[in-house]
Amino acid sequence: MSVNVRIPTILRTYTGGQAEVSAEGATLAEVLADLEKNHAGISARVLDDTGKLRRFVNVYVNDDDVRFAEGLGTATPDGAGVSIIPAVAGGC
Amino acid sequence: MAVQSVESSTTSAAAFGPAVALSCRECGERFDLGPIFACGSCFGPLEVAYDLPSGDPEGLRKQIEAGPDNIWRYAPLLPVPADVAALPSLSPGFTQLVKADRLARELGVTGELHVKDDSGNPTHSFKDRVVAIAVQAARTFGFTTLSCSSTGNLAGAVGAAAARAGFRSCVFIPHDLEAGKVVMAAVYGGELVGIEGNYDDVNRFCSELIGDPAGEGWGFVNVNLRPYYGEGSKTLAYEICEQLGWRLPDQIVIPIASGSQLTKIDKGLKELIKLGLVEDKPYKIFGAQAEGCSPVSTAFKAGHDVVRPQKPNTIAKSLAIGNPADGPYVLDIARRTGGAVEDVTDEQVVDAIKLLARTEGIFAETAGGVTVGVTKKLIEDGLLDPSLTTVVLNTGDGLKTLDAVAPTTGPSAIIRPTLDSFREAGLA
Repeated sequence: MSVNVRIPTILRTYTGGQAEVSAEGATLAEVLADLEKNHAGISARVLDDTGKLRRFVNVYVNDDDVRFAEGLGTATPDGAGVSIIPAVAGGC
Repeated sequence: MAVQSVESSTTSAAAFGPAVALSCRECGERFDLGPIFACGSCFGPLEVAYDLPSGDPEGLRKQIEAGPDNIWRYAPLLPVPADVAALPSLSPGFTQLVKADRLARELGVTGELHVKDDSGNPTHSFKDRVVAIAVQAARTFGFTTLSCSSTGNLAGAVGAAAARAGFRSCVFIPHDLEAGKVVMAAVYGGELVGIEGNYDDVNRFCSELIGDPAGEGWGFVNVNLRPYYGEGSKTLAYEICEQLGWRLPDQIVIPIASGSQLTKIDKGLKELIKLGLVEDKPYKIFGAQAEGCSPVSTAFKAGHDVVRPQKPNTIAKSLAIGNPADGPYVLDIARRTGGAVEDVTDEQVVDAIKLLARTEGIFAETAGGVTVGVTKKLIEDGLLDPSLTTVVLNTGDGLKTLDAVAPTTGPSAIIRPTLDSFREAGLA
């Protein structure tokens, strides 16, 4: 399964400045592991020491917030768009 | 990871007054003052760190009291230059703190009850405070377009502030907002874009736009300017204490959307204590949500320290943020101060709007109905002490959310223009 991953500005130091990269994996966990293989260090920014999504990171698979789905186990179908977004934006 | 230094050539130490850095609230890492909002190490929120004036509280108090009747009287405590009052802005703030004796009687409050009525701001919501600080930062960073994701009030505040200060504006809202808020956001002449989705969808879109060349050079007040923007809410804390005669309230009830306002009011109160401007004593902070969007109160009541996002469904649209960025910090503050987070139904929101209107002559928007409704509930549940000094926030004007009360509010009677008709209607 090949997916397109949108990289937020603060993580682009790991992707050579690229805003979008492709990755392989049938689930979000597999996609993140594949990202780490090609962009060493990125996974530790997105996941905490226990391997869970950091609380100030939002990840969407297509239009779905993975916290409403299966978290790291969320399926990532072929051609899906994965967006990693800082959660601290917005509001009053 | 290397510290991101994005300080522009236009940035100078004086442009940010007493502010010295951005600090990650989560891991403590420090960054140069710049248009960044999330920590490069842990994604935590960045907030402004200060070297505040200390050692002469009486002198500082006099300086503040001699300042203008708006938020710029607190310039020595904000990330703005000392001459900020002379620059074009809407000059918001110093709104009324209404001693609400008639409301107090209805609620069984025997202590002092006050309503901080922020509907008196230039665009009729507290958002003018936060936007004013963000505009100043945008000016310093050399942005020419101001933008935001908004549930309505912020869009109007950004449009108006941009018009006054000479910026282009382009703001984003959910497409199905109340008509009053849409008109108020559009009238200032900037671009207003409705997004097919809820607020969280709009927010996600803006977060992606900011990382795209299409959003380059844009100052999003609540995204890349968020650390500065949030500081505007501290002025609510400063004003409340000054208007109480440089006294801390014992209890304060604050609406929760993202939770930023509540966390910054707490920050402001702590600063006043540290600076010796008020007596150091305990205070309790209470958060208020609508039941149809209550991720923080749900987490509070369940004893959780993380907030599970919800899909909002409430008439309190200005609070309808299902994935509140500062939710975990609200939980920390409510628990640390001995407060609580509670929610009320839409029906209770409407009842509370009417209660505040008929007792104090204040027509609140739905967010004000949420705080008054939650105050009533907290008293009934024994969580808020009615014998103490309590401040309840009304953050916006009821004229913006007429739809909420229109179905149950209208003329007492329609009569012919005759005295007989008047008497027949039982009005004599």
